[in-house]
Amino acid sequence: MKKKIKPMTKKSFITYGLVLIAFVAVEILISTGNISSMLKGLLVPICVYSILAVSLNLTVGILGELSLGQAGFMCIGAYSSAIFSNMVKETITEPMIRFPLAILVGGIFAALFGIIIGIPVLRLRGDYLAIVTLAFGEIIKNVFAALYIGYDSAGLHISLKSQGDLGLAPDGKMIINGALGISGTPNDSTFEIAAVILFITLIIAYNFVNSRTGRAVMSIRDNRIAAESVGLNITKYKLMTFALTAFLAGVAGVLYSHNFYSLQASKFDYNLSILVLVFVVLGGIGNIRGSVIAAIILTMLPELLRSINNYRMLMYAIVLIVMMICTSNETIRSFFVRNIEKFKGLFKKNKAQSDVVKEGE
Amino acid sequence: MKLAKKIMALSLAAVMAGSCLTACGDSSKADGKGGDENTLVIGGSGPLTGDAAQYGVGVKNAAQLAVDEINDAGGVNGVKFKLVFEDDEADKGDKAVNAYNALKDKGMQVMLGTVTTGSCLAVIDKTKQDNVFQITPSASAQDVIKNDNTFQICFTDPNQGKASADYIAQNNIAKKIAVIYDSSDAYSSGIFNTFKSEASEKGLEIVAEQSFTSDSKTDFSAQITAAKNADAELLFLPIYYQQASLILAQCKSAGFAPKFFGCDGLDGILDVDNFDKSLAEGVMLLTPFAADASDDATQKFVKAYKEKYNNETPNQFAADAYDGIKIIAKLVEKEGIKGNMSTSDICDKLKKAISSDDFSYDGLTGVNMKWGADGAVSKNPKAVVIKDGAYSALDK
Repeated sequence: MKKKIKPMTKKSFITYGLVLIAFVAVEILISTGNISSMLKGLLVPICVYSILAVSLNLTVGILGELSLGQAGFMCIGAYSSAIFSNMVKETITEPMIRFPLAILVGGIFAALFGIIIGIPVLRLRGDYLAIVTLAFGEIIKNVFAALYIGYDSAGLHISLKSQGDLGLAPDGKMIINGALGISGTPNDSTFEIAAVILFITLIIAYNFVNSRTGRAVMSIRDNRIAAESVGLNITKYKLMTFALTAFLAGVAGVLYSHNFYSLQASKFDYNLSILVLVFVVLGGIGNIRGSVIAAIILTMLPELLRSINNYRMLMYAIVLIVMMICTSNETIRSFFVRNIEKFKGLFKKNKAQSDVVKEGE
Repeated sequence: MKLAKKIMALSLAAVMAGSCLTACGDSSKADGKGGDENTLVIGGSGPLTGDAAQYGVGVKNAAQLAVDEINDAGGVNGVKFKLVFEDDEADKGDKAVNAYNALKDKGMQVMLGTVTTGSCLAVIDKTKQDNVFQITPSASAQDVIKNDNTFQICFTDPNQGKASADYIAQNNIAKKIAVIYDSSDAYSSGIFNTFKSEASEKGLEIVAEQSFTSDSKTDFSAQITAAKNADAELLFLPIYYQQASLILAQCKSAGFAPKFFGCDGLDGILDVDNFDKSLAEGVMLLTPFAADASDDATQKFVKAYKEKYNNETPNQFAADAYDGIKIIAKLVEKEGIKGNMSTSDICDKLKKAISSDDFSYDGLTGVNMKWGADGAVSKNPKAVVIKDGAYSALDK
């Protein structure tokens, strides 16, 4: 008897398989030395953006609420973990212990902020969430850009004005230097760790969607009143999804901050949130595999187009528009579907023919 | 509908062709072994698109000009230079590193860059890891030169803040000073911090400290009113020219007419589109380069630059970059560098040579420029004042 596999399980395992194949392929390229420095440098950012896209898809696609605060959560994760790593880098020298701790610190802080702003905001409907999360992201960015933190034997010193106002002892060390950000974070992020975390993120996302909670969240998205009438606690489920999104975004921030020597808050601006939203929308709202694919393509594209110099940004925009049309226009979609079927038909015919040949032998 | 399909097909084809070309275009010379004996590849990185594009384009053009001049004269000891330049969008993270990696793939042996401070901070540890000799024309933060392989042509921010305060105090320009700075920008807050401490030492009084962030950089009325109410005689603007042009216009409409003083970020203010140049009349700025200076080197450079690039006047960034290439050339000549040496060997030789006592360079942005092992340059600051829509030297 053939065991039946649920379509959702099949879908998730295809995604795991694809990621695994891509990972193995890249590892082979690295070990044989056939990879360009540029591609090598892109590996961790690709994982970071994929995680961000998948996590935002939980809020935008599964919960059905528009959130523009992804960069803000990433910023919290990046900063809190970088502060942590800078403070303990002399006491915990083993990166395999320090980095998982940093990931937890970043993720938990981001989730905490997700819950704090989620409690008041998620009671609202519609565009309010978008507006408040946008404001939240900007506030976080500006606070970190104006923040001076140092520590010496007397403990932590915090100022919002200037480095001089900290009053550090001569042996003190700056951790956050205002707009100059944090420097000296140990480079603990490797492609292997980032890929594992991406894998875990995918497992979390698929299992969340297919769980009892996930179905409850989707029912809230589809019909709030009906969901409320069967006794679902709307705020609770919304908050859960939102906190999960924030947690994963924070983890992505940790990977990001530990990949570069310096970290400046101005990187986490509105454009970054929109960029992640673009990944989600182009990959298909609610489509987790699509988010990963869109994140990979759109992160690599501007770098691969470097040879056409100043036209690359124009090209990038054209590709965005083309992708948008291709995924939404009925005529073009049916054109693709037809052709894929034709291709499949061709494949089947060939197979049939070869079967005939085999029988003839 | 048919036309739409055609356009669609065309653009798709263009995209595919573009991506195919790029896929083929990568040469994998990332091992740092060096290539042809008679070609030295210099990599430049700076913003060619986005807000700060004016700086990056100036650097790229001037660097190309210098490289062409050197090659036309037969190279340095027979070694010809090749400039490859990548766009980093003045990004502070992954994109700056991407640009650096792209340069590495193109076989870069010496790095000129990056142009902006934020991008430079993102790549300095990568150049240190790969041991690439890096000389930046204009990234001015103190942290940029914390590694021993990175050198600056411009002043560091703390030095600019200090030099500004000293200059104002020595020449008795004003006593009551208001400052408007960008607290979200490393360059601006860096200058402000040292300006503040030096000003109090020199007996200058800062009557108003006003800041803005990169999200609120169009309306400065609150800051201007505060400065005006504090009776400031001088407004110190350690910011970039785009915001400064707005501040000048808004000061005028607010009826506030103090003296204006800025740093090298103000360079470029005269080229802002739709900017009334009469507003900038009398603005003083510290910049190592003035395009209308009368010395031969400057005039020759400006003339060549204008001829090559559509009659555009080079700014200070261009001059820094031109000097940068010439400094590299002088070092290469001194050390007898060949194109087939490994990047790391070149770096070790160049960094030793540039910080040695007997090396000095006279260029567009300063005479008798010298470097310590820490990477900072020592040269005299120059102040210019804008007069009749052009720079003219303030101290003669």
